[in-house]
Amino acid sequence: MGKRVGIEVSIAAADAVASTDVDVVAAYPITPQTHIVEHLSELVNNGELDAEFIPVESEHSAMSVCCGSSAAGARTFTCTSSQGLALMNEIVFIAPGLRLPIVMILANRSLSGPLSIWNDHTDVMSIRDCGWIQVFAETGQEVYDHVLFSFRVAEDPAVSLPVILNMDGFILTHVIEPIEYWEPEQVKRYLPDFKPVNALDPDRPTTVGAFGLPGIYSEAKKAQDEALIHSKEHILKAWEELGQVVGRHYKPVETHLTEGAETVFLTMGSIGQTVAMAVERLRDRGEPAGLVKLRLWRPFPFEELRDAVRGAKRIIVIDRAISYGGTGGPVASEIRSALYGEDHMPAVTNFICGLAGRDVTPDDYIAMYERSLEMTQSKVGQEDSVFYGVRE
Amino acid sequence: MKSEEELSWKDLEVGCVISDPGNASQYRTGDWRSMRPVVDKEHCIRCGVCYIFCPDMAIHKTPEGYFEADLYYCKGCGICQQECITGCISMVPEEE
Amino acid sequence: MEAVNVYAARILEKQEYFKPGHRACQGCAEALAVRLVAKALGNNVIVASATGCMEIISSPLPFTNWDVPWIHVAFENTAAVLSGAESAYKALARKGRIKDRGTVFLGMGGDGATTDIGLQALSGAFERGHSFVYVCYDNEAYMNTGIQRSSSTPFGASTTTSPAGKKVPGQITWKKNMAEIAVAHNVPYVATACASYPFDLMEKVQKAARTPGPAYIHILSVCPTGWRIPPSKSIWIGRLAVETGIFPLFEVEDGRYRITVDVPEMRPVEEYLKPQGRFRHLTPEITARIQERVDFEYRKLVAKTQFKF
Repeated sequence: MGKRVGIEVSIAAADAVASTDVDVVAAYPITPQTHIVEHLSELVNNGELDAEFIPVESEHSAMSVCCGSSAAGARTFTCTSSQGLALMNEIVFIAPGLRLPIVMILANRSLSGPLSIWNDHTDVMSIRDCGWIQVFAETGQEVYDHVLFSFRVAEDPAVSLPVILNMDGFILTHVIEPIEYWEPEQVKRYLPDFKPVNALDPDRPTTVGAFGLPGIYSEAKKAQDEALIHSKEHILKAWEELGQVVGRHYKPVETHLTEGAETVFLTMGSIGQTVAMAVERLRDRGEPAGLVKLRLWRPFPFEELRDAVRGAKRIIVIDRAISYGGTGGPVASEIRSALYGEDHMPAVTNFICGLAGRDVTPDDYIAMYERSLEMTQSKVGQEDSVFYGVRE
Repeated sequence: MKSEEELSWKDLEVGCVISDPGNASQYRTGDWRSMRPVVDKEHCIRCGVCYIFCPDMAIHKTPEGYFEADLYYCKGCGICQQECITGCISMVPEEE
Repeated sequence: MEAVNVYAARILEKQEYFKPGHRACQGCAEALAVRLVAKALGNNVIVASATGCMEIISSPLPFTNWDVPWIHVAFENTAAVLSGAESAYKALARKGRIKDRGTVFLGMGGDGATTDIGLQALSGAFERGHSFVYVCYDNEAYMNTGIQRSSSTPFGASTTTSPAGKKVPGQITWKKNMAEIAVAHNVPYVATACASYPFDLMEKVQKAARTPGPAYIHILSVCPTGWRIPPSKSIWIGRLAVETGIFPLFEVEDGRYRITVDVPEMRPVEEYLKPQGRFRHLTPEITARIQERVDFEYRKLVAKTQFKF
C-alpha cells in the first residue's frame, strides 16, 4: 500500500503525472489549473522528473505541441481550464481524429461573458462532442487514481484515444485532502510503457493528418466513433485492474442509496458529496431518495445508467452548464435521450445550479427535491429546467 | 491501392495514417496536359536545367545522359522549354 | 541563375522525397520549392505541414506524395506541432528509448500560415529555441482558398479581397517583412530564397538544418494562377523578383547579414510588375512609389551587410 499524505489535490495530481515518467508536458497557465503545471515544472527543474516541459505561448499551441509530441511517440500530458480549453478547441477535435493518446486534466471552470474564474461545467460541456474519452473525478483520491487510469486507457493500443480527466476547479484543485500515493511497483504493474500504434519515424515514414475528400470523410469519422464506443470495454477492464492493484473500485455509474429510491439525483463531479449528504438526510426523514453519479461521460454508459435508475419514478438532474435556448441543461438532455423509449421511463426534472462556484448546500438540494415532487411528468423544453437560486 | 471511393471504414488505418509512403505516385497528372515537351537532341547539351526546374518531378535522365519528360506526370507547364539554355525544347500540342 | 556551372544539376542526387503525382497547378513554383527543400534534407527528417495548397495537393487520403514522415494538424499551429515532435525526440533519446540520429525537424507553411494566422505559434517556437527548420513558402496570398490577400501580399497587387477597384488600387499595405521578424527573435539562422535559384535555396536549407536551434527560410514561391502569368514563366518571374531588388536573396547568421545572390545592376521594378496580371492596373505613379520603396529597403539591407561587429 502506498503512503497516505495530506496534500493539495493539484500537487497530488502533478505527482501522479510524474509517476508515469511522462515524456512531454506542454501547458499554458490558467486559473485554477496553475498549481498542477507549476509543480510539474518544479519537478523537471529539480531533476526529479525527466521530461520536456514546454511553456507554450497559448493553449492552442499547448494542444498542438501535444499532438506533435504524441504523434512522435512520447507520453504526453497537458492541463487547462475554461478559456484555455475554448482557445484550444480547434485542436481538441483533431487529436482524437488522429487517434493520439494525449491525457489532459481539465480543471473545470466557467466560460467567460462575464469573466469568472470559478467552478462549473460550462467549459467541458462545450466540447461534449469532441471525441475524447471523458471522465469526472469526485474526490482528490479519484483524481490521483484517474491520472494513472487515463494514461492506461489512452495508450491501450486497442483504444489509442485522448482522455480528459475532469476535476472541479478550486473545489478539488485547491483543497488539501488525504491522498494515498501509489508505490512505483503499483504504477509499473498497472501502466505499461507507451508503445504508440504509429509514431513519426524516418525509418518507417507515415503520413499523418491527410486531407479527407467527401468520398472518405464519413468513413474516417465512422472509424473514429467505433473506436470511442468500443473503448468502453477497455475502460471497464482498466478500472477492474485498478481495483486489483490499489483496492479502490470504480464504475462508469456509481450509486448511493438507490435501493428502493423513487426519486434519484444525478450528478457529475465533486458535488456528488454534497448531494449525498442531502440524500442521507432525506432518507432519515423517510423520503425514498437516492443518488446516481456519472463518472464516465464519453463513451456514454447507456446500460449502466438504465440499470442505475431502474425503478425510479423521477430523476433530478443537476446541471452545471446551460444549453442556451435549447433543452435546459446538457446533462439532462442526454439523460432524457438515454432513457427515451424505456418502459416506465422516469420523469426527468432539471435544475441548473452552482454556476461559477456559487455555493449550493445540502439544504438547497433538499429544496430541489421537494420542488421536484410538485413538477409533474417532464416535457423536453425550457419550462422544466429551472435555474435554482437565481434572484428574480 | 483502393481509391477513397472504394475503402470501407474498416479499411482505414488507425487515425487515417497512410503507411505506404509516396503511394500518390500512382496518380496520373499527365492527362492534364495540352502541350508536350519535345527535346531536339542535336542541340541538347545534357545540362539538366530542365530537370532541376520541373515542379512535377517528371523529368529524368536517360541512360544516354539526356533528360526526358515522363508523360505519365508531365502537366505540360512549359517551364523546361522556357528555362532551357540552348532552346532545344519545344512544346507541341497533344493530338486530340 | 546563380554563379554555378550550368551542368550543376547533373550532380544532384536523383532521389526525390516529395514524390510525383501531386495535384499542384501547372507551373507551380511552390511545389518546386517543396521538392528542392525535401531533396536538400534527404530522408532523416520529420515534416510538419500547415493547412494550405501544399498540404492538400500532397495528401489526399489514402494517398500521399511524401516519402518521409509527415504530419499535418491544422493551419496556424505548425511551429507548435513541430516543437512537440522535436521535444518528444529529445526526451525519448535522453531516456534511451530511441537512438539520436540527428533527425531534422522541418516545418512548412504558406504565407498565410506563417505571417498571419501562425505568427504567434512560430514566435513562441523561435523564442523557446527548439531545433528546427521552418520554411515559409510565400506565394503572396491565400491561394488555396482563392487568392485572398494576406499580410504578405505586396503593395498594389490585386487579389479577390484586395481587388483593383475604381477607388482603391488593390492591396494598400506594404508586404510584411517576415525574415526581419525572424531576425528580431535572434534565431541563429535566417535566409530568403527562391526556387529560381535552386542551388542557393538548397544550400541554405542544408545550412539551416546544420544549425542548432531554430532556423527560418522565407521562400518566394511564384504562383502562376494567383499572379496571373503563364505557367511556363514561373521561374523567370522569380528571377526578376531578385534582379529588380524586390526580393533580395540573403542570409543572416547570428545577426550577420550577407547577400548571397549579387545583383550588380538592379532592373527597374516595372519589368517585374508588368508581366503579372495582378499588377496590370498599376499607374506609373504607383509603380514609382513601389520603386522608391524597393530602393529604400535594398539600401537598408546593404547597410546591414556592412555593419561592423
